[in-house]
Amino acid sequence: MATRLKDTDVVVIGLGAAGGVAALPLAQAGLEVIGLEAGTWLTRRDFAPDELRNNYRGWPQGVQKANQEIPTARANASSAPMPRGTIHPMQNAVGGTSLHYWAQSWRLNPWDFKVVSETRRRYGASRIPAGSTVEDWPFALDELEPYYDKVEYEIGVSGQAGNVGGTLDPRGNTFEGPRKRAYPMPPLRGTEFLDKMTVAAKSLGWHPFPGPAAVNSRPYQNRSACMYHGFCNRGGCHVDAKNSTAVTTIPRAQATGRLKVVTRAHVTTIEVDNGGRVSGVNYVTDGVEYFQPAKVVLVASFTYENTRLLLLSKSKAFPNGLSNNHKQVGRHYFSHHQGAPVTALFPFDLKSWYGLPAQGVAVDNWADDNFDHASLDFIGGGNLWVMSDRRPIAAAGMNTFGRPRWGSQWKAFVRENADRSHSSYIQKTTLPYEDNYLDLDPEVKDPLGSPVCRITAEFKENERKIAAFTQDKMERWYREAGAVAVDRAPVGGAMGISTHAYGGTRMGDNPDTNVVDRFGFSHEAPNLGVLGASVMGTSGAHNPTLTVQALAWRTAEHLVRNWKTIGT
Amino acid sequence: MTFISRRDLLKRAAAVGASPLATKSYLGPAFQGGHDVRPERADLHDGMGGREPLENLTASEADLLDAVVARLIPTDAAGPGATEARAVRYIDRALGGPLASSRPAYTSGLAALDRFARSLHGKSFTDLAPAAQDAVLTAVESGAATGFTGSAAFFALLLSHTHQGTFGDPYYGGNANFVGWDLIGYPGVRTMVTVVDQERLEKGELKTNHKSAYDYDTFTKASGKTGGR
Repeated sequence: MATRLKDTDVVVIGLGAAGGVAALPLAQAGLEVIGLEAGTWLTRRDFAPDELRNNYRGWPQGVQKANQEIPTARANASSAPMPRGTIHPMQNAVGGTSLHYWAQSWRLNPWDFKVVSETRRRYGASRIPAGSTVEDWPFALDELEPYYDKVEYEIGVSGQAGNVGGTLDPRGNTFEGPRKRAYPMPPLRGTEFLDKMTVAAKSLGWHPFPGPAAVNSRPYQNRSACMYHGFCNRGGCHVDAKNSTAVTTIPRAQATGRLKVVTRAHVTTIEVDNGGRVSGVNYVTDGVEYFQPAKVVLVASFTYENTRLLLLSKSKAFPNGLSNNHKQVGRHYFSHHQGAPVTALFPFDLKSWYGLPAQGVAVDNWADDNFDHASLDFIGGGNLWVMSDRRPIAAAGMNTFGRPRWGSQWKAFVRENADRSHSSYIQKTTLPYEDNYLDLDPEVKDPLGSPVCRITAEFKENERKIAAFTQDKMERWYREAGAVAVDRAPVGGAMGISTHAYGGTRMGDNPDTNVVDRFGFSHEAPNLGVLGASVMGTSGAHNPTLTVQALAWRTAEHLVRNWKTIGT
Repeated sequence: MTFISRRDLLKRAAAVGASPLATKSYLGPAFQGGHDVRPERADLHDGMGGREPLENLTASEADLLDAVVARLIPTDAAGPGATEARAVRYIDRALGGPLASSRPAYTSGLAALDRFARSLHGKSFTDLAPAAQDAVLTAVESGAATGFTGSAAFFALLLSHTHQGTFGDPYYGGNANFVGWDLIGYPGVRTMVTVVDQERLEKGELKTNHKSAYDYDTFTKASGKTGGR
């Protein structure tokens, strides 16, 4: 029998990028908040510049919950399971994956909120890809702008604005929607190679600009500036210059005295009372079961676990899983098409051994609807991103452009070229489809005996066409900068498991097609909120985290303003 | 929140820099030919290229693996290879921890590889001339090796672990004498890269830093008992 703990106002499940942000406005408003985190606190001492540990061993210094419940994946309902991954893309700790993410902190562009209506208006309804379940967001960018602004200043984002109050600045992204003010910090510094790529983009008539990062380009809020040491890719920051929630919003929320952080709390299910309201959360620590009652529960555990937790939480009121009486939990799933990179070989050293993946130059000319699609056979596009990121094991595994992958010939090749190749990162518009979804795996279970999440999803024609189109653009860019060889990866098939996973608890006004309402609260269980990219219905062509954080702040603020109706 | 200034970090880095570059356990047999050789390290080695006690592999598995990695990243005119990096020592240790889930693959894969070599040439892989060894490995890599289910996957695993043992942090028993990092021109683990450092790198004037991450005492040592691929 679980030990029943003292009642609280709000329980947040998962203190990562989303939950760690939401806790702050809640605690500041006077609500008593308990943050249940499966991991522990990690500090600068835990963040050695160690490629093996960061990139190959799934952070052994952390609690291994996520790594024991890695989703299974298959392309479609009739295909065989893909080989199961050994490392979950997320990890457990206070601050969650915001400790080791790349920290690219993009806003979505205006089009991303209005894909359906804008496509119809500009090209006609027939241009919405067949089988897609995409909907417009229930609001436009201007609704989210104040929250983007709030988070950018609260956690600290460096970057170059391109549109302040409608005034365009060609040093920044002129395709971005209007923002209230510039970033709180200037962009991260450049390098010789990034400068070269900037010049090349300009000579093609494109508009390159430095990307935004939740990394300090100068000291911010009494934390250090970035040290550019080269281990930021799945690495924690040894000087707290990466603005994870563990060093920003969470300690600030704790300082109010109203956020209680409970570590090593492995949440198993959410309880529901006879009236269909959630009543609290069951969790396990070291084999001991606890029940934490709460007036409101916010689920903030990453897309796969958000869906799994709801599906595992069955009750009389919700026999198919919590908030799933409309059978929408797990639907409208998609992962960002971040793959299909282009790799280039240059006849000179790039001097890219240091730096970080968020330090780079972007081109948005071929993203979203920033170019005319009238004569094209797809909608959307991709952001082209060139960053300074290289580590030794990864460098040794470089693309050999058709040469042997081992032996003396290989050795001579990598000896000369280990610092001469570059792989672009192209994030592409990805849409939800009827037959791409998450559910519970019928066979594979976690160590507690609960089924893991199963991904059934593949990139469709629209995504593959965007991939081929943006690969063309990327190749032109590399060639313009002097690349002597260019290689393109296949344009994509099965989605598999991803760091950019969306949907499963989509946000929208229609309860027949969406799990949560426009504020992130369940259409079916009114005191259940969901935080994370699981509520997002489109991906845009940019990293999701800042949008997730802006939405989390907005959901928390909505709860504060409507406490009497939601919380009591 | 404590605040670390660049100045403090500089001081710390300087203090670390004054300590010995590496402990004995990082060092492998001295490389006798080619360039990038640091003969002064030879006296620090635990013997004349002798093998330390194995932790997980059997002696015959280790012999076979020694012969395989010597072909994957050979010792040649371009300098030391996986042998000098002690990639097999890395794999042997890791098979008892982070790579434990690969132990069965090594048991069956190495046995199958040797059976295949014998079926082709009538000799153990270790007794073949380099060219014949390469032919065996090429067949294993492509999946064409007979009597060897999943040979391509096993080859990919071996190559990946050989890379880890040659180019990973010396803390884990491979990349001895930093030979892997020197091979690809990696200028080394640092905790800070200033604008000036980056400019020096761009001009080819940045001094290579031979340090393990764990030579910096600001970091908790890795235990590395879980995870891995």
